[in-house]
Amino acid sequence: MLLTSMPRAMKGDSIFYRLSFTSAILIFLVLIGIILSLIDGGWQALSEFGPGFVFRNIWDPVNSEFGAASAIYGTLVSSLIAIVIAIPVGLGTAIFLAELAPDWISRPISMAIELLAAVPSIIYGMWGLFVFAPWFSEGFQFWALENLVGLPLIGPWFDGPPIGIGLLTAGIILSFMILPIITALTRDALKTIPNVVREAAYGVGATPYEVITRVLLPSIKNAAVGAGILGLGRALGETMAVAFVIGGANRIETSLFMPASSISSTIAQQFNEATNEMHISSLISLGLVLFVLTFIVMGIARLLLRKR
Amino acid sequence: MKLLKSVVMSSMLVAASFSASAKTEVINGAGASFPHPIYAKWAEEYQKETGIRINYQAIGSGGGIRQITAKTVDFGASDAPMDIKELNKEEMIQFPMVMGAIVPVINVPGIESGELKLTGEILADIYMGKIKKWNDERITALNPGIEIPEQAIYVVHRSDGSGTTYNFTDYLSQVSPEWKEKIGRNTDITWPKEATTIGGNGNAGVANFVGRTRGAIGYVEYAYAKQNDLTYTQLDSAEGKFLQPSMETFQAAAANADWKNAPGFELLLNNQPGADSWPMTAATFILMHKDQVNAEKAEQIIDFFEWSYEKGDELAADLDYIPMPETVVNMVENVWKEDLTSNGQTIIE
Amino acid sequence: MPVRKIKNYAFIGFCTFCALFGLVVLASVLSSLVGKGIAGMGLHVFTELTPGPGSHGGLKNAIVGSLILTGLGILIAAPLGVLAGTWLSESDKSSKTAESLRFLNGMLMSAPSILVGLFVYKVVVVTTGSFSGWAGATALAILALPIIVSTTEEMLRLVPTTLKEAGSGLGASRWRVITQLCYRAAGPGIITGILLSVARITGETAPLLFTALNSNFMSTELDKPMANLPVTIYQYAMSPFQSWNELAWAGALLITVFILIINLLSTALPRWIKARKAAK
Repeated sequence: MLLTSMPRAMKGDSIFYRLSFTSAILIFLVLIGIILSLIDGGWQALSEFGPGFVFRNIWDPVNSEFGAASAIYGTLVSSLIAIVIAIPVGLGTAIFLAELAPDWISRPISMAIELLAAVPSIIYGMWGLFVFAPWFSEGFQFWALENLVGLPLIGPWFDGPPIGIGLLTAGIILSFMILPIITALTRDALKTIPNVVREAAYGVGATPYEVITRVLLPSIKNAAVGAGILGLGRALGETMAVAFVIGGANRIETSLFMPASSISSTIAQQFNEATNEMHISSLISLGLVLFVLTFIVMGIARLLLRKR
Repeated sequence: MKLLKSVVMSSMLVAASFSASAKTEVINGAGASFPHPIYAKWAEEYQKETGIRINYQAIGSGGGIRQITAKTVDFGASDAPMDIKELNKEEMIQFPMVMGAIVPVINVPGIESGELKLTGEILADIYMGKIKKWNDERITALNPGIEIPEQAIYVVHRSDGSGTTYNFTDYLSQVSPEWKEKIGRNTDITWPKEATTIGGNGNAGVANFVGRTRGAIGYVEYAYAKQNDLTYTQLDSAEGKFLQPSMETFQAAAANADWKNAPGFELLLNNQPGADSWPMTAATFILMHKDQVNAEKAEQIIDFFEWSYEKGDELAADLDYIPMPETVVNMVENVWKEDLTSNGQTIIE
Repeated sequence: MPVRKIKNYAFIGFCTFCALFGLVVLASVLSSLVGKGIAGMGLHVFTELTPGPGSHGGLKNAIVGSLILTGLGILIAAPLGVLAGTWLSESDKSSKTAESLRFLNGMLMSAPSILVGLFVYKVVVVTTGSFSGWAGATALAILALPIIVSTTEEMLRLVPTTLKEAGSGLGASRWRVITQLCYRAAGPGIITGILLSVARITGETAPLLFTALNSNFMSTELDKPMANLPVTIYQYAMSPFQSWNELAWAGALLITVFILIINLLSTALPRWIKARKAAK
């Protein structure tokens, strides 16, 4: 510590340091506690199915045969769809709010976008089911069936029954939910850039596009990636909204229109009614798998962040 | 920070001002979501009459069994009866409290409620994806005179585990040997890939999908079909007669059930004998420990159930539940007298 | 028109579209929320207890319970989260401990709420032998914690080092610099983080089901099952009865309006503080 040599200050510093360090360690303890309770609860299934649990594409509560593959697939694909939509839209919104719009426009819009984060997850689920899914089915899905299905590569993604729910719907609903997080964090980051920087760039005759993409965005790159990771983390674990619109089928299908399931929605939907011990244990193991999955996804994200 | 603190403080104050009215002991029960409305209704009326508070929460049948086993609640509730061995091992009693019915609901243009006839086998084959179109020969042959369009069938099922699915798949297992062998019964199953399936969250989710998806078929508790004005179908009883879902046919199924030969009341009411018995009927059960720590509390709980049996029939019927027949109630009362003890003493005289 | 200009207009157009997109989604969610929630809304929602199906009643007990649970949850999580975030922001860039804690915090953030509920169920409910308000508040605190930690750190890191150096240069000790200069500078951001966490936990259903359970009666004792809005909304929304459905939507509307008010306050608060300082 390179601070003053006054003893009282030192004492205050050390108390504050210890307090804050203990709080930080608490994160570790809680997480370890959760993981230990998951290992304890999931042990029966893990020892029965072994590490292959992750790759088994079967979920049969009647015959007590369980595997995580379809739930992992559903979780990854729906979260991926969510960030693919939410990152550009969130960044665009943040730029509009912080750089382009005058204060009297950006302030209320800012509030409105933050309000999106205030809407409880279950409301997104019900809105998704009652409002978005019917609209999506009649609007986009029929159009996609006529216009996209024949296309190479992406065609098969859109070849399924136009029932309004499924992986794609879940991903889109998730993107609405993480949009405010990404917007708020990148907007705040943009606002911290001193005006001098902007003035200098505009001074040499650059357009807003050039100033923003060449000067401002690079300087908030870390905050933006951080926001994306936060959003992704939220999407991976989101439960109730997904449960309403993903369609609850434990299968892997190429079509994004087909019903699927995610790890957290499977746990939430089946845990309450499950009576068979292997079933319960498998559900808890799924929770453990989600932790490992999050670990890997965020590890990769961090690696990307460091390389650039 | 300051703001949040003041919000919290004021909420605490609000809370404190109410706490004076919350001193009476509350009896806590949890479990199956299917009987939640009627238990809530009974509890409400019972409190008005006696002042005793019964707090019942829907956490699912599996949850109900786990919580009563762990003794975190005063009584548990489950849609599927507990296995008699399991019940004895945990030293618990179970008894049926009230009954309900499950009905198939459809969305086929031009077809009215109660018009279309289906059999259990056809239902099973639809859910297995063997019948893929509404104008399939087997359906049209059963329904001469009804114009059925050529429309693909979408099969709607519960995406959450549920007692309704348990009873529905139990019924399909009884009427279709192939279903029994390949798929089986459970609160949650692997739905056949051959059918085009949609999973709905809860009865409400299934009702919603059936209501707006052309060509859909689903299964819901009777109350949902009625309240949502869904198109229901006829179904054949175990003796082959086609029935409309109604209080009469549900009651017939309940009356014909053989509770006497079901130790621990372990009985599913699907496909009961009797020409007029609606084939998808189910009882829901209460679970309690035989040995009660607090005799007074146990007595209060039993008093509530007794009141519900005696005075709750009308309330039950209003909400489309079927009250237990008198003979079954007498059997349950005997179980209370014989099996409930506290410190070795019987609780109910 | 030169290419630069076209690019510029296209870019501005895209950003404007994005902002509008969010607004359209919000408008749609809100309009269905208000449309369905207003029918069940009224004074009775605040003055009467949760009813049986078909009966007249309100959500008083659930509202009070939710305020207690959320308030207590935030009261536990906010100080811990801000302190932990501070430690992370003060730690060296190369610190392995900080790096791993940051990582673990991210994992905690994406932990499905139902698993947090299960953990608290095992640790608190099974040990004490009863569902309780304490258990519910603990579960909510665990959900709020990582959000507060990461936003606090993010915001403190954005405080210009010149400010800190100026503080230290005046002879202030490090913790005084942090609490009096940095917290003030990063305050609005930290509050945003806490609000995001409030937003996340007020609507959480799954973890409360296994911890606070719920109650049909007025419940203020923290060692007993406690009524709360999310579980009530979920149970009522999934029922076939119109009276319950209406109350469910009214409750959902209430939660959203509650957050809206907090959001409004959160933008007003920093300005108010500034104004008061200026007046001095």
